[in-house]
Amino acid sequence: MWDYLKLIVLALVTVLAAIAANYARDFAYQVHAILVMLVAGGLFLWSVRKTGDPKPPTPTGYMDGVIRAGAIATVFWGVVGFLVGTFIAFQLAFPVLNFDWAQGYANFGRLRPLHTSAVIFAFGGNALICTSFYVVQRTSAARLWGGNLAWFVFWGYNLFIVLAATGYLLGATQSKEYAEPEWYVDIWLTIVWVAYLVVYLGTIMNRKEKHIYVANWFYLGFIVTVAMLHIVNNLSLPVSIFGSRSVQLFAGVQDAMTQWWYGHNAVGFFLTAGFLGMMYYFVPKQAERPVYSYKLSIIHFWALIFLYIWAGPHHLHYTALPEWASTLGMVFSVILWMPSWGGMINGLMTLQGAWDKLRTDPIIRMMVVSIGFYGMSTFEGPMMSIKAVNSLSHYTDWTIGHVHSGALGWNGMITFGALYYLFPKLWNKTGLYSLKLVNWHFWLATIGIVLYAASMWVTGIMEGLMWREVDAQGFLVNAFADTLGPKFPMLVVRGLGGVLFLVGSLIMAYNLWMTVAKGEPKPAAAMAPAE
Amino acid sequence: MGILDKHKFLEKNATALLVGSLLVVSVGGIVEIAPLFYLENTIEDVEGMRPYSPLELAGREVYIREGCYVCHSQMIRPMRDEVERYGHYSLAAESMYDHPFQWGSKRTGPDLARVGGRYSDEWHVDHLRDPQSVVPESIMPKYGFLEDKLLDGKYIGDLLKTHKMVGVPYTEEMLENAQADFMAQADPDSDYDDMLERYPGAQVRNFDGKPGVSETDALIAYLQMLGTLVDFSTFTPDPTR
Repeated sequence: MWDYLKLIVLALVTVLAAIAANYARDFAYQVHAILVMLVAGGLFLWSVRKTGDPKPPTPTGYMDGVIRAGAIATVFWGVVGFLVGTFIAFQLAFPVLNFDWAQGYANFGRLRPLHTSAVIFAFGGNALICTSFYVVQRTSAARLWGGNLAWFVFWGYNLFIVLAATGYLLGATQSKEYAEPEWYVDIWLTIVWVAYLVVYLGTIMNRKEKHIYVANWFYLGFIVTVAMLHIVNNLSLPVSIFGSRSVQLFAGVQDAMTQWWYGHNAVGFFLTAGFLGMMYYFVPKQAERPVYSYKLSIIHFWALIFLYIWAGPHHLHYTALPEWASTLGMVFSVILWMPSWGGMINGLMTLQGAWDKLRTDPIIRMMVVSIGFYGMSTFEGPMMSIKAVNSLSHYTDWTIGHVHSGALGWNGMITFGALYYLFPKLWNKTGLYSLKLVNWHFWLATIGIVLYAASMWVTGIMEGLMWREVDAQGFLVNAFADTLGPKFPMLVVRGLGGVLFLVGSLIMAYNLWMTVAKGEPKPAAAMAPAE
Repeated sequence: MGILDKHKFLEKNATALLVGSLLVVSVGGIVEIAPLFYLENTIEDVEGMRPYSPLELAGREVYIREGCYVCHSQMIRPMRDEVERYGHYSLAAESMYDHPFQWGSKRTGPDLARVGGRYSDEWHVDHLRDPQSVVPESIMPKYGFLEDKLLDGKYIGDLLKTHKMVGVPYTEEMLENAQADFMAQADPDSDYDDMLERYPGAQVRNFDGKPGVSETDALIAYLQMLGTLVDFSTFTPDPTR
């Protein structure tokens, strides 16, 4: 019965997508309709061939196939995202890289959303989905709930990424930073996200452990908050059902506030709460020590999720946003420093009694440096949210540097650590192919981030000061264009930092590939107990 | 600590944890966003603001599609240097018809909130074609391909209608004449008086100097309008804001 229903739905989607492709008003929409038609049609054929086959027995034990796929996707999208990022960094230093023959597709303005989405949503999102599925099973001693629904989440999410990425190149965007995908892509993501919540919550409810482990609070908080943010920030009316354009429900100052409430909490929940879930599981596992303080993790969790949501207005200091909102944003951003560092302390002090591992285990070193960068950027952030500092830093490269010390340092490094932990476990190997290569990756990435952050401090503060410089008569000293020349050397250094980070990730990809292909298989053992 | 012991309940009850977190994360947004919709001093009362003309709106679509907002802000802050460099600080009223807003977050290039009227159409055409030819230091990509993309305004009425649905005060008359107004604004030989009555202050020119309405025409029409609508001689700042 269920099989036939599935066939009907797939056939319907295929036909509707074909009709949509026929009546499409713009190229991006047409390409997407054809893509959806092919995917749904392919699934239809595949399902027809399988209908009536005897059902395989319901598998037991942990569901790791989807996690393996997610781990591979994480590595793949990571490399893609870093590559695009490095390329656009050089576009800013050498504008000739905005190739004449690709003007309508690969100018900086179209590639930049591709880079941010590839890194945040493709790399980060796949990392979060696959690690959360791993962690929730191990800490609940239960198989993922919902059978193949977990596979739907994985493929559905990656389809969302492909639709978003091709959309940017072909010109479908609603111009809200980190929420650029158009209305139908937003609707699709909402469906996938609800499925994700259902799988996750279902697994927790099936748990055989009494308590829900702290990592799961963070993952759950991340999933539910991102759902809220995504829906509210993407409220819009499509211009036509046959076109990609939509018009936002809110305008001007209200839309700006909603956007940065979303934007800052994409950082706060996608890139912080979710990744803290990762920290609370993988750091104790790799260090083989319990989490430092249980009480601190309770305070950390509730304080962090309550305070983060208020911080959005610090993106709008001195703009047409009313003063009261901007001041609220600043005050809460500064208070936010405390729970952030509480989390950092909880992560770092987990190594108590295991600090010697820093010398021998490059994976734990990666995790520790990642927590270090977390601490650094959660200090820098509150500082930049103070109005006086923000009046200088806003609109400059300093912001870009700040984001990258968080994204490359904290999100990147903790994900690399988790991947190095996961690959041997998922493919049942005794260990990684080469710890020496992990060491290389560690140093290349760290030096890359330092070059990136330092060069952006220099250009950011320099251009901020040059813009505001007035002479004794009260005239502006510099035209805007005068600031571009002095920035050039630092833009090149930033690009080189990106190259180092990219090379490090390629070394990781090679190392993980060799681990799967050549690693020594672990001797068969009974299923691991719940951890 | 008593209260931390009570936390056991949440740790054993997934639904409570879920609902609890959702309640906790809702507060900040409600307090910061909701009042902006009803506090009267949020958007200033000014003379001169009007909805975008069809051609300007089409130009704004190009601006959005090409990701101009990635490098250009449209939000002048009230600091001395910004006011000197770019003009009067931006008002909330000036983006009240912007769905979505285009304030931007980064100045890889200069602010554009008041770029209207600052340069000639020819300068804009040259600059879009090859930015380095007019500003040697510029790192902006080339946008010459926009000149070759001709527009017929077939769907511009739908775009206006959707804007009306979300609250932009387009009249029935504006919707009916959307396509005609679209063509008229880029053609100085046309009968554009009605268009000007509907969109006071709209600039009628063949912006790119070439036959047909191209995306360059639309984009320049949009840029030349930016920041020119509000009559600042009638504006008094509200100290309570």
